[in-house]
Amino acid sequence: MRYAYFPGCSAESTARDMHQSTLAVAGALGIELIEPKGWTCCGATAGHQTDRVLAASLPAANLVKIQNMGLDCIVNCAACYNRMKVANHEISTDSDIRSSVADALGQNYDGSVKVRHLIEVLLEDVGVKKIKASVKNSLSGLKVACYYGCLLVRPPKVVNFDNPENPTSLDKLVKMTGAESIDWPCKIECCGGGLSLSRTDVVVNLTDSILGMAKDSGADCVAVSCPMCQVNLDLRQQDIKKQNGKDYQMPVVYITQLLGLALGIGPDKLGFNKLMVPASKVLEKVI
Amino acid sequence: MITIKKSKSGIGLKQAVEKLSGVDLSVCLQCRKCSAGCPVAKIAKTRPSEIMRRLHLGAGNELLESDLVWTCVSCETCSARCPMGIDVAGVMDALRKLALETGASKQEGNVPLFNKAFLKTVEMFGRTYEIAMIGAYKLGTGKLMNDTEKFPTMLKKGKISLIPSFGGDRKTVRRIFKKTKQNKGAGK
Repeated sequence: MRYAYFPGCSAESTARDMHQSTLAVAGALGIELIEPKGWTCCGATAGHQTDRVLAASLPAANLVKIQNMGLDCIVNCAACYNRMKVANHEISTDSDIRSSVADALGQNYDGSVKVRHLIEVLLEDVGVKKIKASVKNSLSGLKVACYYGCLLVRPPKVVNFDNPENPTSLDKLVKMTGAESIDWPCKIECCGGGLSLSRTDVVVNLTDSILGMAKDSGADCVAVSCPMCQVNLDLRQQDIKKQNGKDYQMPVVYITQLLGLALGIGPDKLGFNKLMVPASKVLEKVI
Repeated sequence: MITIKKSKSGIGLKQAVEKLSGVDLSVCLQCRKCSAGCPVAKIAKTRPSEIMRRLHLGAGNELLESDLVWTCVSCETCSARCPMGIDVAGVMDALRKLALETGASKQEGNVPLFNKAFLKTVEMFGRTYEIAMIGAYKLGTGKLMNDTEKFPTMLKKGKISLIPSFGGDRKTVRRIFKKTKQNKGAGK
């Protein structure tokens, strides 16, 4: 199993833990990940809020590089995944966008590189059987609220990821670790995404309601697969305490961190020390 | 009740939004499902269904000053749930583009400045360079002290980097920015 792996800019900053745990889990499950040389930013929310051609061209610059590698593209950051899927869709369905992108890149791109989220590859290519057989530590007794956020599941017709209103992919992976995935109503609510710095007040209110629901539903931790969701839910707990007076102390971990623990990988190799709210409730299951 | 001032710019605005987003505004049923699912509808003064109605009725450029234009989080719940398949989030993107072009008033938090600072570092380095982006944004807003208490921990944890990344293909990214600035408004 060989794939081109697009880490995304967060992998070099706020989501080093996501990047580290992705590589560790891939290694343990025999998935070969090759970074495209010279990969660049997907443009994120700022890109599509500014200009449609810019928003399609920035991901396309990477997709062209991956096309030359002859591999499918794997992304773990939900935001990059979304931008790449949307760019492929726009380029392959809108001839004006396609020619403007070709002009911007200086080469033609047809929108055909297959973009997949790591979760899809784990469930479809590696498979439940192999993952279950590789589990060394059961996380039994741990209650996990799986949080998908927006960008993994929307727009449904373009990303075509799971059920857009009640996705279960993360829940399936959590169950493979021996942990319990709880039923709760905030799976696809928005954390405020890119407004984290510009409208911190909005993000604090949105994350407060999500974390409050996770707590009331009995979760020991929240599992995510998006660096923006992780930062907003983890880092902003300090601000929720200041602004709204609630102290959740709710660990927010990447699904690859949970999976890594179950596969017997040490917490130091999964970036657990980088979380703002310590994941002691999670780690005590393996120590 | 929605009251609007009909104006020449209204017809222009409706056409410009439809051209930029590819959306046919006339198919909106006003079922308000977009507003029901909108995570910021409680916070903003305007709701997405109201924006849709006002646009359809021919509201003028004053609509670009609605706070929802920049409070919208681009979560796309509205587009995903619209029974008529309208890309409401695409309409919001079009409104933001037009707001920038016409210089419509900036709302609280100054999202345009954040987006500009973000994209500037991408243009310069090929990848985001958070310290420079945050610095430029803070200087622009004058709110220098916000979040500074978190920096020491984030630095220690390696969650923010002092130096930019040098691995990206800057040449292609610079070309993209140059071309998209040249052909402003190209594509739909």
